[in-house]
Amino acid sequence: MTPELVRSILLVFVASIIGSFGAVFLKKGSALLNGSLLGFLNSSLILGVALYLGSSVLYAFGIKGGQLSVLYPMVSLGYIWTLLWSRLFFKEPFTQQKITGLALILLGVVFVGLGSS
Amino acid sequence: MSTTATAPVLQSDPAARRRSILLVFACTILGAAAQLLIKVGMVHFELSVWAIVTNFPLIAGYVCLGINTVMLVLALRDGELSMLYPIIACTYVWVTLLSYALLHEKPNVYKNVGIATIVIGVGVLGRGGRK
Repeated sequence: MTPELVRSILLVFVASIIGSFGAVFLKKGSALLNGSLLGFLNSSLILGVALYLGSSVLYAFGIKGGQLSVLYPMVSLGYIWTLLWSRLFFKEPFTQQKITGLALILLGVVFVGLGSS
Repeated sequence: MSTTATAPVLQSDPAARRRSILLVFACTILGAAAQLLIKVGMVHFELSVWAIVTNFPLIAGYVCLGINTVMLVLALRDGELSMLYPIIACTYVWVTLLSYALLHEKPNVYKNVGIATIVIGVGVLGRGGRK
């Protein structure tokens, strides 16, 4: 592995974690909506969007220096983190469907990544 | 216990649940359009205010992204994050299909198997909870 690939993998890995927290704050902020447009300007939603933007910047830098076949599937690690945070912060249960569905999606993204190299 | 505040709501309301799934699904179409528009806009990107405000594809792409975020938040309000979030992977499906159709990328077996598997996975997720 070249240092550049290691750097790309690390960037995309960190981006996937930051992005998953973006999703958590969007979910948290969505409970604070009150029917008016101003309801969208609550601190959780703003933080969620900021985390998303931060994650996409890191992701863009990461993608530049490496093989898509490795990096593409790593982006979908974000789905696994989100599954964990959903259980931890929102008490959403793990169910058979969620795990099977997610496993199939991850497998699919791996194939798309292989096809993109 | 306050811990039961979020989850049970959607199990009792299948209509809200279905609406959330459709919203996220629509998000993925808009998200793919945004990705392609931004990609096209970046081709003639220049670092000047005038060039950026007249870069129609870039602006349209970010507007799509903004609407996309609002729709995602509305969906999350009524549904489980762990069920809705992975549906975003449908974006890969649209981007791949749009790249075939508009950018004339050559289809390949890996991509086709990949998008088919993603579609099945999203189907399994979307079905979940309905006993």
